[in-house]
Amino acid sequence: MKKVYINSIASISPQKTYDNSMFLDEITDYNDTVIFPQDPDYKQYIPPAAARRMAKGIKMGVVASKIAMDEAGIETVDAIITGTGMGCMIDSEKFVSAIIDNNEQYLTPTSFIQSTHNTVAGQIALGMECKAYNFTYVHSAISFESALLDTKMQLETDEAQHILVGGVEELGEHTTKVHRVINHIKPDTVCISEVLNSKTEGAVFSEGANFFVVSNEKKQSCYAELVAVKTLNSLIKEKVSKTIENFLEENNLMRSDIDVVVFGNNGDVDYDDYYQQLSEGIFNKIQQVFYKHLVGENNTVSAFGVWLASKILKTQTIPEIVKLNEINTSEIKTALCYNQYRGQNHSLVLLKKC
Amino acid sequence: MSKGVAITGMGIISAIGNNVVENYEALINGKKGITRVDNIETVQRSEIMVGEVKFTNDELITQLNLPSDNNYSRTAMLGAIAAKEAFADAGITDIKKYKTGIVSGTSVGGMDMTEKYYYEYLTEKEHQKYIESHHAGDSTQKIAEQLGIEESLVTTISTACSSAANAIMLGARLIKSGKLDRVLVGGADCLSKFTINGFKTLMILSDTYNTPFDENRKGLNLGEAAAFLVLESDEVVKAENKKVLAYVKGYGNANDAFHQTASSDNGDGATLAMEKALKTANLKASEIDYINAHGTATGNNDLSEGRAILRVFGGDLPEFSSTKAFTGHTLAAAGAIEAVYSVLALQHNVIFPNLNFKTPMKEFSMIPQTELKKKELNTVLSNSLGFGGNCSTVIFSKEA
Repeated sequence: MKKVYINSIASISPQKTYDNSMFLDEITDYNDTVIFPQDPDYKQYIPPAAARRMAKGIKMGVVASKIAMDEAGIETVDAIITGTGMGCMIDSEKFVSAIIDNNEQYLTPTSFIQSTHNTVAGQIALGMECKAYNFTYVHSAISFESALLDTKMQLETDEAQHILVGGVEELGEHTTKVHRVINHIKPDTVCISEVLNSKTEGAVFSEGANFFVVSNEKKQSCYAELVAVKTLNSLIKEKVSKTIENFLEENNLMRSDIDVVVFGNNGDVDYDDYYQQLSEGIFNKIQQVFYKHLVGENNTVSAFGVWLASKILKTQTIPEIVKLNEINTSEIKTALCYNQYRGQNHSLVLLKKC
Repeated sequence: MSKGVAITGMGIISAIGNNVVENYEALINGKKGITRVDNIETVQRSEIMVGEVKFTNDELITQLNLPSDNNYSRTAMLGAIAAKEAFADAGITDIKKYKTGIVSGTSVGGMDMTEKYYYEYLTEKEHQKYIESHHAGDSTQKIAEQLGIEESLVTTISTACSSAANAIMLGARLIKSGKLDRVLVGGADCLSKFTINGFKTLMILSDTYNTPFDENRKGLNLGEAAAFLVLESDEVVKAENKKVLAYVKGYGNANDAFHQTASSDNGDGATLAMEKALKTANLKASEIDYINAHGTATGNNDLSEGRAILRVFGGDLPEFSSTKAFTGHTLAAAGAIEAVYSVLALQHNVIFPNLNFKTPMKEFSMIPQTELKKKELNTVLSNSLGFGGNCSTVIFSKEA
C-alpha cells in the first residue's frame, strides 16, 4: 500500500485564509450568530459572466480548488471528490420558494439545475475539463471525511495518483431562519472569539470551502502525510475516549505519541462535553487546539480542522489564537483531529509530519 | 484484476412491487407501474405520469411501526423498508458480529417534507421536527437506526441519478480494502414537487408512458423507489456458509465534463465509465451477456448513451433494455433498483423487456430487447448517468 500525502491546501473561511503564505496572522472577530467568509478576488479565478451565474458555494468551491491545484503545481487530477452536508442551499431555496409562491407555475430551470448536491464537483470538472472519477458525499458532519476516506483508499491502491478533495458549505437565508427556530443557531449574538464560554445552546453558523490535493507521491509543497481516517455514525459520550484509544492502537500509536489534537468544539453547551472530557482526560498532557471560534460551524468545517493541522505540521508553529492549553512540544510530528456534530457523525483524522 | 465482491441479500420497493418477489413477477409479466400521481398534490397531475409507490406516508409509518412523533421523510421510510428486506434476505441476525456499514445514495433526501412545511417551519411547532430530516444524510442515519447499526461507517452519496451505482462502487471498495466486512449499499428517493417541477422546467417529462430508445420518445416518467444490496467479504461468506446471489465484478465512474445537465452527443463520460468497469472486471466487451441501460427515454440520454454503448461494444452488442418503462426514473435510487434487476436477470437467466418500444432511432440501428427472453447469463452491465456529467457503470456476474 502506498503512503498518502497532502500536497496542497486551500481555504476560504471567515478568516483571511485564502492566501497560503499567511497563517492566521490577521484575525477578524465577529459579533454575530451567522458569519460569512472573507472572499478572495473571485474575478482573478473566474470570468465575471460565469461568476454571476454561480451561487456562493459553487464560487467558493471552484476558487478553492484552483488555489489548491496551483499550489500543487498540477493541471489535472485522477479524481475530484467533494463533501457537502447541506448542498446547494441557495438554489434549492430559490426553487422551492418559487414552487410554493407561484403554485408550480412560471418556473425556470436554472436554480433547479444548480440545486443538485454534485453541482460544485461537476462545475470543477467542467472548468478543468476533467473526465475523471467524480463523487460527492452528503452525510452531515462527516461529508468531508467520507470524501477523504475514498481519496485515501484510491491512492493507497494506486488506482489514482492525484486527487482533488474538498468540503464546501453555503448558507441559505431561509435555512438559517429555520435553524434559528430550533435553536441549532445560537439565540443571541456572541463574540465569536468567546464562543466557547457562551453557555448557550446552538452554534454560530458559517460557510466556506476547504480543498486539498492529496497524492501518493510526496511533492515539495507537502504539508502532511494522511495516515488514517475513521467515521462513526453514532457514539455515546462515555465511549469517545475508548474509541479514540482503539483508533490510535489500530495505527500503532499511543496517546503520548500525539503532539497536537484538533478539537471541533463550537460552544454549544449541550455538546461541548464531548471534547471537554478529552481535554481534561486522555489528552490533558497534550497540546490542544480549536478553530470554530474563528470560522464558525457548518457541516464540512471539519475540513478546516484538517487545514489547520496540515499548516501546523508544515510550519511547525501553532498560532496562539488556536491554543486551548499550553504544552511545550519541541517537534510536532503527529496530529489528530476529532469532530462531531450534535452528538452524531464523529470523525477522526490522523496526520503526520512529512 | 481482482475478484468480485459477493452479494448476499437484496431488498426493494418500487412502483412495480413492495419486495423482490413482486418486482420480479411484474418484470416477467410485463406489468408496468406507471400511473397518475396520487400521494402528492400537484397542479401537474394531468400532465405527467409517474412510477409511484402507492402506500401513503401513514401506511409506511404503520408498516415500520414508527412512533407518532417520528420525523422520517418518505425517502427514509422507503429506504428502511428495502434495507430491512435486504438484511433479512442475507440472513443477518447479529449486527455486531462483523464490521457492518451503510452507503446510500439519495438526491431528494427530506425535500418532500421541506416543500410541504417550508414556511410553516418558522411558526408551526408540530412540523419543526422535520427540519432536521431535510439533509440528505438523514435518511441514511434513519436506516442505520432501523437496522441497529451503531458506531460504524455510515455515509451518503449524492451524484444525482448515478448516486446508488456509486454507493455500490464505494461499498465494493470498502469490502476489498478490508475497512468493512459487510456493507449495505443502495439508494432511496421519493417523489416530490421539487423534482416533478424541476424536470418539468427542463421539458423532459413525458405526458404519457415513457418509451426508452424509441425514435418518438417524449421524455421520462419520474419514479420513487428504494433498493439495497448486502455485500459481504469472502471471509464472512465462508464463515457463515452464505449463499451468494451474484458478484459485483467491476465498476467505473467518469465525468462527461460537458454540461451541467445534458450529456455530450458522443457519450464520452458513459464510454469511459463502461471501459473502466470492463477493465476492473477484467472482461472484454464481448463477454457481457446483457446491458441494463440507463435509458431514461429523454431525447438526450438515449442518444448519448446509445452512442456510448456502440463505441464500447461495436459489433459485439449483446441484448440490451431499459427497465425505466416499468418503474419510471427513480433518480438516485435507479442504480440500486437496476442492480437488483441485474441480479434477478442472472439468477433466472432472463432478459427483461424494454417496454413501449416501436420505432428505432434514426441515428443508429440499435434495437432494444422488447420481449422477455430466456438466455444463459453470466455477466450483466448496468449504466447510471446523471446531472453534473456523472456517469457510472457496474458489472454483475454469476461467478466471482
